[in-house]
Amino acid sequence: MDHRVIRGGLAVRSRRHMLLPVLHEIQDRAGWVSRGALEYACRRLSIPPAEAYGVVSFYARFALEPGRARTEHVCDDIVCQLAGAHPDQGVNCLGLCDRAPARLDEKQAPAAESVRYPDSRLLRRVGIVDPGSIDSYREHGGFKALRRARELGAEQVIRQVTASALLGRGGAAFPTGRKWESVAKAQARPHYLVCNADESEPGTFKDRVVMEGDPFALVEAMAVAALAAGCEKGYIYIRDEYPVARRRIARAIEQSRDAGLLDIDVEVRRGAGAYICGEETALFNSIEGKRGEPRNKPPFPVEVGLFGRPTLVNNVETLVNVLDILNGEFADTRLFCVSGHVKHPGVYDIPLGTPLRLLLERAGAGSIQAVLLGGAAGSFLTPEQLDVPLSFEGTRAIGATLGSGAVIVFDATADMKQALLRIARFFRDESCGQCVPCRVGTKRQEEILERMFANGRGQADVMLLSDIAQAMRDASICGLGQTAANAIASGLKQLPVLNA
Amino acid sequence: MPEVALTIDGRDVLARQGSTILDACRRLGVDTPTLCQIDNLTPVNVCRVCVVELDGSRVLVPACSRKVEEGMKIRTDSERVRHSRRLVLELLASSVDMSLTSRQVGGWMEQYGAEPARFGPGAATVAQPVKVDNDLYVRDYSRCILCYKCVEACGVDAQNTFAIAVAGRGFDAHISTEFDTPLPDSACVYCGNCIGVCPTGALMFKSEHDMRAEGAWNESKQTVTETVCPYCGVGCMLELHVQDNSIVKVTSPLDSSVTSGHLCVKGRFGFQFVQKRR
Repeated sequence: MDHRVIRGGLAVRSRRHMLLPVLHEIQDRAGWVSRGALEYACRRLSIPPAEAYGVVSFYARFALEPGRARTEHVCDDIVCQLAGAHPDQGVNCLGLCDRAPARLDEKQAPAAESVRYPDSRLLRRVGIVDPGSIDSYREHGGFKALRRARELGAEQVIRQVTASALLGRGGAAFPTGRKWESVAKAQARPHYLVCNADESEPGTFKDRVVMEGDPFALVEAMAVAALAAGCEKGYIYIRDEYPVARRRIARAIEQSRDAGLLDIDVEVRRGAGAYICGEETALFNSIEGKRGEPRNKPPFPVEVGLFGRPTLVNNVETLVNVLDILNGEFADTRLFCVSGHVKHPGVYDIPLGTPLRLLLERAGAGSIQAVLLGGAAGSFLTPEQLDVPLSFEGTRAIGATLGSGAVIVFDATADMKQALLRIARFFRDESCGQCVPCRVGTKRQEEILERMFANGRGQADVMLLSDIAQAMRDASICGLGQTAANAIASGLKQLPVLNA
Repeated sequence: MPEVALTIDGRDVLARQGSTILDACRRLGVDTPTLCQIDNLTPVNVCRVCVVELDGSRVLVPACSRKVEEGMKIRTDSERVRHSRRLVLELLASSVDMSLTSRQVGGWMEQYGAEPARFGPGAATVAQPVKVDNDLYVRDYSRCILCYKCVEACGVDAQNTFAIAVAGRGFDAHISTEFDTPLPDSACVYCGNCIGVCPTGALMFKSEHDMRAEGAWNESKQTVTETVCPYCGVGCMLELHVQDNSIVKVTSPLDSSVTSGHLCVKGRFGFQFVQKRR
C-alpha cells in the first residue's frame, strides 16, 4: 500500500497556513480586518469563519474595528519605563531596549544603527558588512561554512555540531547536535526547518541585531541546518515588530537563492503580536494559521512538529553559531542584551562563565539596586549576587536562569513596584488563555500585586501569590505559564524595598 | 494489544499500549478529577485538574492525554498534585459560576480543600448576560470554564460544522461564533452536541433554562427512558428525560456504539410532537 495514499477534499483545498499572511495583507491595505474581508479570505482559503475569527482576535496586531490598527508604537515595558516612558500608555517590549524609550514607526522604520561590535565573535560583521549585498557578505567570509558543509556531508556536520557541545540559545539550553541528529534520523517526511526569530522576551534584542546587521549569516546557517537534518522546507518566523529585519532577511534569501546557495525554499513568516508564539509549538500553530496556543509535549517537535512532521526548530543565535563551528572559529560565548540604567546599552558577546559584575562594568552600570536576568520570565538579583558566573550551571546554583540573555539594570532611582506590576501586566496580557493555571493565575497575580502595593503587604496575599506561583509552575502547559511567576516571586523575596 | 507495566501510587498496573495515565488510574479505581476530558472527544488537556506527578518530569503531567510508557512511576496524591488540583478548582470557581456542575465537582472541591473566596471580592469573573437567541438552546458564558469541549464537538470530533471557536486571548478568551453573530445567522445546525458535552451548564436546552427560571426544574422528579430515535434508519439511542409526563431534555449515552453520545437536530430537539396534545 506504500505510496498509494490519496488526499482529497478539505485536506487538499484548505490553505489555512496562508491565513496569517493574508490577514497581514488585508490589514496593510485596509487598515483593519473587516468582516467582509475576513469572510472573503475564508472562502478563498477554505477556513470556517468562526475559526478565522478566533485567530484574528487572538493576535494583538490585528484590528477588528476601523482605526484601531496601529503602525506606530510606543513601548512602555520595563526598560522603557526606566527611561521615562509613561506606564499604561504603550505596548509590550518592542525589542528596541538599546534605544529606550523606544518608538517604532513601521512605515519608516529607521535603518539599523551602524553600531559595530569589534570584540564580538558572532557580531563581527555587524556594522561592517552591507546587509543588502551578497557580495559584501562573501567578501567578509560568507558562505565558507556552507561550502564546507557541502564537502563534509550531513553526518559529519552533525558530528561537528555535537562535538562543539553547543546548547540552544533560545532559553531551554537543549544540546543542538542532539536535536539535529533526531530530526535527521526521523522516518516521516518531509522534514521542516524553522528558525525561531520571534524574540519577544522583554529586554531582549540580540536576534534583531543579528538579523538587521548580518542577515546573510542566518540564511547561510539555515542552508547548513537544512542540509544536515534533511529538511525540505524552511520558515523564519520573525516578530512583527522587526520590520527591518524582516525585509533584510527576505532580500538575503532571494539573493542567496539566485546565487544557487540555498537549495530549499525558505519562507519568511511575520508574527502578529503574540509573545507566546516564541514557544516553539505555538509558533508551529501560528504558521499553520491557527491561534498561537502551545501544544502539550510529548510528542516533541523532532518527531511531530510543524504540520505534524519532524521539525528542526532553532533560535537565531543558535543557528549562526553553527557557521563558526564549521569554520573552526567557535568559542562558547553568548550574546547578552544589557539595558536599563547603564551608560552603554547593547549586545555583548562574552564567554559563558564570565561574572555578571564584569559585564555590568563593561556596560557602564553605576550603583545597582537590582538586576533582572533573563527577562520577564527570569529573576531579580540583588547587588550581593552580582558575582554569579553567567553560565547555565552558575545561574541555576542561585535559583536564576540565563533565559534569553536579557540583563536589565535598575539603579537606586528605579521604582521596583512599578517594574513588578509591569511584569504582571505583561504575562496577563500575553497568556494565550488555553490552560487554567496560566489564564486565571496571571490575572489573579496582577490583581493581588496591585492590591498589595496599594494597601500594604498582607500575609494572606503573600501566601496567595506563592500558591498561584507553584500551581502555574507545576501545572501550566508551556514555559510561559511555568515561568510567569518567577520574576515576581524573586523580586518579592529578594528586594528590600518591596518588603517595606 | 501489547501492555506496558507502570506503577501508580506504588501499585503495579498493566495498561494497554496507547492508553492514557487516566485510563490506568481508572483501572486501579484511583479517583481522578477531570473537567475538560470526556470519553467521546480527543483530550485537549487544558483544565489541568487531572495532573499527576511523573518520576523524572520537571512539571506535572496531564493524566487525560499523557500516554502510558513502560516503567512510569506516577503519584496521584502527592502534595504537589493536591496543590495544583486545588488551585485549578479555586481559580476556576473564583472566576466562573460553577453552581450547575455535577455533584462530583463539588466533591472534588471539598476533597482538595478549595476555597475560591480567598482571592477576595474584587477578583475578576467572566459574568455576563445569558445569550438567548433561538428557541432550542441558550448559552450562559458566565458558566463557561473554557474546556474546549463544545468547540471540539462542533468541529472534527463530531459534527464538522465549525460554528464556534475560541476567540480572544488570555483571561478574555471566550467561545464565539464569527464576530459574535447570533446562532440563527451562524453556521450552527442545532445538533446540540455542544450541550451534550458541556460540563457546567453553560450550554443548556431552552426548555431546561426556562423551567429553571420558573423554579419548575426538578431532577428528583425526572425519569429517564431509553429508546431509539424514530426519524431515520441510523438507529440512534436516545435517553428521554421526562418530568411531569413531558420530555424536558434528550441525551444519548456516551458508550452507545451508534452515537458515542452525539445526535442530530431531530433526535436532540424534535420531540415536541410527542407532547402536542391538541
